[in-house]
This record gives sequence, structure tokens and C-alpha cells, in this order.
Amino acid sequence: MNREHIKIKVKDFNFFYGEEQALKNVAMDIYKNEVIGIIGPSGCGKSTFLRSLNRMNDVIPGVKYEGTVTLDGKNIFAHGIDVVDIRRKVGMVFQKSNPFPKSVFDNVAYGLRINGEKNKDVIAEKVEKSLMGAALWGEVKDRLSASAFDLSGGQQQRLCIARALAVEPEVLLMDEPASALDPTATSKIEELIQELKKNYTIVIVTHNMQQAARISDYTAFFMMGELIEYDVAGKVFTNPSKKITEEYITGRFG
Amino acid sequence: MARIKENMIHGLFFLNGLVVVGVLCGIFAILVFTAAPAFKEISIVEFLATVRWNPTSYYKPSYGILSMIVSSLMVTIGALTIAVPLGIGTAAYLTDVASPRVREVAKPVIEILAGIPSVVLGFLGIVLVGPIIARVFGLPNGLNAINGSVLLAVMALPTIISLSEDALNSVPRSFTEASYAVGATKWQTVVRVKIPAAISGIFASCMLGMGRAVGETMTVLMATGCAPAMPRNFLDPVRTMTASIAIELGEVPYYTTHYYALFGIGLVLFVITFLINMAADAVLNKYQVKVR
Repeated sequence: MNREHIKIKVKDFNFFYGEEQALKNVAMDIYKNEVIGIIGPSGCGKSTFLRSLNRMNDVIPGVKYEGTVTLDGKNIFAHGIDVVDIRRKVGMVFQKSNPFPKSVFDNVAYGLRINGEKNKDVIAEKVEKSLMGAALWGEVKDRLSASAFDLSGGQQQRLCIARALAVEPEVLLMDEPASALDPTATSKIEELIQELKKNYTIVIVTHNMQQAARISDYTAFFMMGELIEYDVAGKVFTNPSKKITEEYITGRFG
Repeated sequence: MARIKENMIHGLFFLNGLVVVGVLCGIFAILVFTAAPAFKEISIVEFLATVRWNPTSYYKPSYGILSMIVSSLMVTIGALTIAVPLGIGTAAYLTDVASPRVREVAKPVIEILAGIPSVVLGFLGIVLVGPIIARVFGLPNGLNAINGSVLLAVMALPTIISLSEDALNSVPRSFTEASYAVGATKWQTVVRVKIPAAISGIFASCMLGMGRAVGETMTVLMATGCAPAMPRNFLDPVRTMTASIAIELGEVPYYTTHYYALFGIGLVLFVITFLINMAADAVLNKYQVKVR
């Protein structure tokens, strides 16, 4: 455990959709090269929290936030911060796989091209590397020019992971990446996450308690916009310090 | 009882559909039958492939409409060259850049633009656009193909903007977010993700704009100079098919070759717009199959 290196530090974080407060005084330290699992009932603010870490909520009109989120010591909400730069460092994989209506290759190459990479050999090399990183290369190497929509659901989600990896982010945010997938595809994604944490810090929102227990090193439990409990996964799942956490993980509500 | 009512409603809608198809077929039939006698005296090759249009000549009337076809196409292409980039750009601005307040003002303004009568635009072509063109290019007057193109572009813009905007708005937010998530700027997202994803709708909007431009009569009649000769470039006066019909049909003696030939022009126009629509449909279908 690498408790020394805090990759992301969230402090006194409040978030509002218009008048409605979605996150209340959240504080959390996210350690480097660990998998942080976020669990909680629907509408508890876990997705909102995740989307705050790369400022993806900025695209929704009428949102407000207070407090700080620092990435390697720099506040990502500070004035004059380049959002584009934040998002390149903090990649994201969404709940529903969302490949572009482009070819497999162009999907992965997209991030490289928009960040100014022109050299075709470099692009091809990084696309291959990213697809390998997402454990998809073997399945698509012969049909890189096929439409991304021709892939299966699980493959599309891994393609989205490859697309996120291509720009070499430092943190990977995943918003229930396996919720729409069958068990086989899900276990592939889970294996992949274990592999990826060697190089990335991963924050993953999941609805599935078993999944959180299997893959996360740290687990955060959110409820009604508050961070109820945050600790080493083993402790949260076997010996939670709050009663409500125990009730949730034992399935008494949620 | 409910069954009978249901059947009646079915019948009513079917009848409505039938009326539309019937009217279309009727128009086509009238055009074909009224144009047909013209081709007893004029060969189709002469009609479509020669330039001289002089049906009232005493010695040897000539009926070539090639210059009109070229004129119509020139003015249309010119209009699209102006309206397509401007329209898509405006649509992208309204969907992705403009603040809600700007959008609220701009949308009704654009709709009003669509409601300007074509004769008013023609008038503006004569007194406003014409003199500007004449000044800029050093011509004796500004009634020429460019003038028509500018005015038709104005007429096609509202269609292109509104429909492109709808198409851009219907691009799923997940695409936009995926693009932002890898560090794309707003501009990159619009140009590389949103417009390609909305291309079928945008294309359809341009086709509708084109349909509007090809068939428009009053504006081009007033603003393009109406010289029935082969235009050499966009600074020449042109006379489109529509303008020729409008000018001459009021004065032509009925049931003469000239009269029939004017219907022939109408038929050619009909076929051209029909082909444009077919081509647009084909392109759309092909593209949609590829994307979905």
C-alpha cells in the first residue's frame, strides 16, 4: 500500500445542481496506483463525485461547486486552470459504452490526433499499445477499419477503455463500466482493472457490491450526497465502522 | 361500433395520403402531356443541348434551353457554396457556443428570415446587393449570377440552420462527453465528433435548401439580369429555367410550340428536383446503414 502518495485530494467539496445539493462536505484522499471503489444507493451522488474529478460536470448547465479537488497538489477548480489538460490527465470510461461512429482504429486514435499527434507511425504504435492495454488487440487486430458498432457490447466497452488509455492519462475514472455487460465480459473488465492499476490510479463507481469487494483496494460508501465511510476495502466489507454501511453492504436496503 | 370508427379513421388517413400522391401524379401528367406536342417539332437533343432560345423568331425559331439549365445550376451551386458553410457554422454556434439568451433571440430572428417574401428579397437584390456587386467588381450593373446566388443563399439559410441545429442537438451527449474525456476542446468536439455524427441530418438540410434554391423564381427573375445567353462566369447575367417560364408564359399564344416548350422546361425542372431528392435519399440511406 502506497499511503504516502496522494494522487487526488478532495476537501470540503460541495456540489449543486441548481438549488439541489448533490454532494455535502466530501473529503477523500485517493492514493496512487490503487483501485478506489465507490458504492452507494442510486442517487447518492457517487456518479456526480466521479464526474467532478475530471470536471465532466461542467458540461451540465447550472451546476455549482465549492471546496477543492487537488490533482498532484494543484486545485483543478482554480481560476485559470486548463480543463482540457485536466481531462487529458484524468481519463474517463462511461457507464454505457460510447464509441464514436468511426472505425475501431479511429476511435482509439482520436485522442492522439486531437492532442496534435500527426506522425502516422506513432499513432499506429500507440493505438496498438492501447488496444493491448485494454485486452482487445487480439480480437480486433484484423478488423481495425471496421465500424466500432460492429463490435460486441463488451468489446465496445474495452474499446472505450483503449480510447481513454491512448492519451496516457494518470488517473482513470470508471462509471459503472460493466453494468451493461454479461458476466463473461464483466470478468474480463475486472481482470483488466487489476492489470491497469500497475500504471494508473483507478476510481470506479459500481452498483455491484461483490464487484467492489473483488476489485477495490479502498472502498468509499456514499449516501444522500455524503461520504459515510472510506477505508481499506477489506475493512469496509468485513468490519465497517458505521452501522448504516453494514446495513447497506448486507443488502438491508439500496 | 368502435371497429367502424377505427376503420373510418383509417380510411380518412388513407384518403389524405392518396390525395397527395394523386396531386403529384396529376402535376407530372399535365407537364408530360402539355410538353409532349413540343417535341413533334423540336428534337430532344436540340431542346436540351443547344444554347439558342429564340422561340419568337419569324424565320427560324430556336428552342435550346442549355443556357437556362446551366444558369439554374450555377445560381444554385453559388447559393449552396455560400449557404452551406454559413448555415452549418451558425447551427454549430447556436447548439454549442451561444449562451441560452443569445439562442432565444437568434432562433426567432432566423425564423423571420424564412418568412421574408421572395419579391422583397428580389427588390433588395436590385437596390442593395446589385450596386455593391457592381462596385466591388467594377461592373456597369450588379444584376448577375452572383447576385442571385447571394439572395438564394439568404433564402436557403433558415432551412439549413434550423434542420442542422436539430441534427446537432440530437447527437447523443455521450459522444460529446467521450470526446471531452480525452482532452478535446469544444471546437475539436464539434468539428470532429458532432458534425460527423450529425452528417446525415445536415446533408438532408442542405438538400432541402438546394430544392428551395432550384425552384425559386421571383428573386432570380428580378436580380439576375435575365439574359437568355450562355453565362461564362458568375459575373454574367443569367436567366434560369424558372425565370424563363415566369416571364414568357403570360404572353405566349396558347397551344403553340412555344407554349408547349415552356411546359417542357417545367418538366425538365421537375425531373431535376426529383433526381436531386432521389440522390439525396440514396446517399442518406447508404450513410445511415454504415453508421448505425
